Amino acid sequence: MELVEKNTKNQQPIDCEAPNMQAKGEQGLALLKYLVVGILFGIVFVKAEIISWFRIQEMFRLQSFYMYGVIGSAILVGLVSIQLIKRFNLKTINGEAIHIPKKEFRKGQIIGGFIFGLGWALTGACPGPLFAQIGSGFTVVAVTLLSAVAGTWVYGRFMDKLPN
Amino acid sequence: MEQLLIWIKQPWPWYVAGPIIGLTVPALLLLGNKSFGISSSLRHMCAACFPAKIPFFTYNWKKENWNLVFVLGIMIGGFVAAVLLSNPDSIVVAERTQEDLKALGITDFHNLLPVDIFNWENLFTLKGLVFFVLGGFMVGFGTRYAGGCTSGHAIMGISNLQWPSLVATIFFMVGGFVMTHLILPLLITWVGL
Repeated sequence: MELVEKNTKNQQPIDCEAPNMQAKGEQGLALLKYLVVGILFGIVFVKAEIISWFRIQEMFRLQSFYMYGVIGSAILVGLVSIQLIKRFNLKTINGEAIHIPKKEFRKGQIIGGFIFGLGWALTGACPGPLFAQIGSGFTVVAVTLLSAVAGTWVYGRFMDKLPN
Repeated sequence: MEQLLIWIKQPWPWYVAGPIIGLTVPALLLLGNKSFGISSSLRHMCAACFPAKIPFFTYNWKKENWNLVFVLGIMIGGFVAAVLLSNPDSIVVAERTQEDLKALGITDFHNLLPVDIFNWENLFTLKGLVFFVLGGFMVGFGTRYAGGCTSGHAIMGISNLQWPSLVATIFFMVGGFVMTHLILPLLITWVGL
């Protein structure tokens, strides 16, 4: 009950890992830029074959460096970018100060992380590639996506009964 | 120009793909103060469609709809890449991976996904139940329980030097190794290929 009150008061998602920290609201055409970033991202996913079930198998069988190279270099570029943003105190295109929320440790990162890992190796996809797989013609993956939404819902429904 | 198109149609090397993916982090921050993360879109879908008065899903999801637009973009990007920029040749899977997977009964290595598994005919079979329904459920349940996926934790979290994200990423990998080496062979024997 306390949670509900807190939640409706702030109108903010609890523990959202991709939070929108922009103070100014955005609707309609302003959202198009995220569509463009998404499209470019989806193209890279397919062209780099990251959406491939086989690439994920190669990774977990330690038989190819490819996925380690992709994830490692992505982290490196992300890390340098965030350092530059902080160092030079860069602002958003609207002139707002950039704020990145911290991640707090919970047991879920271990248990939930492990469960996600099992699903990742089985489906050959983390959530991003699921969308790209559907777009690139593997339409049956829509079932996987629906099931992932169901899994998210079941977590939300029973989260207070899980260790965290 | 034609050369460029030929080059684009080939599979991109990791040192091109990885940095572009990494650039999503500053792009979203600079465009709109957004932390990169994809699995949260699944939560917004729950909040938008069936919140059922559950506290976890009663928040102003409309403020987060940029994330839904972003994943719609990923889907469109997948379509564009597959239709306009697709690689004319088959995917090249590592020899040893092919051998291991052949031993499990996978025969087709031409597409990005093994068509032995990922087709509509398998939907109402044990294969479909395991690879689509169970697999998808674990992805959705696990990422939300962990508070993020490969994008939110492995890329965004580690880039921002958040140690809980490193812990999460380590357990993503542990789960993947356990599934690939210990459970997948048993599952495939059970569901048949």
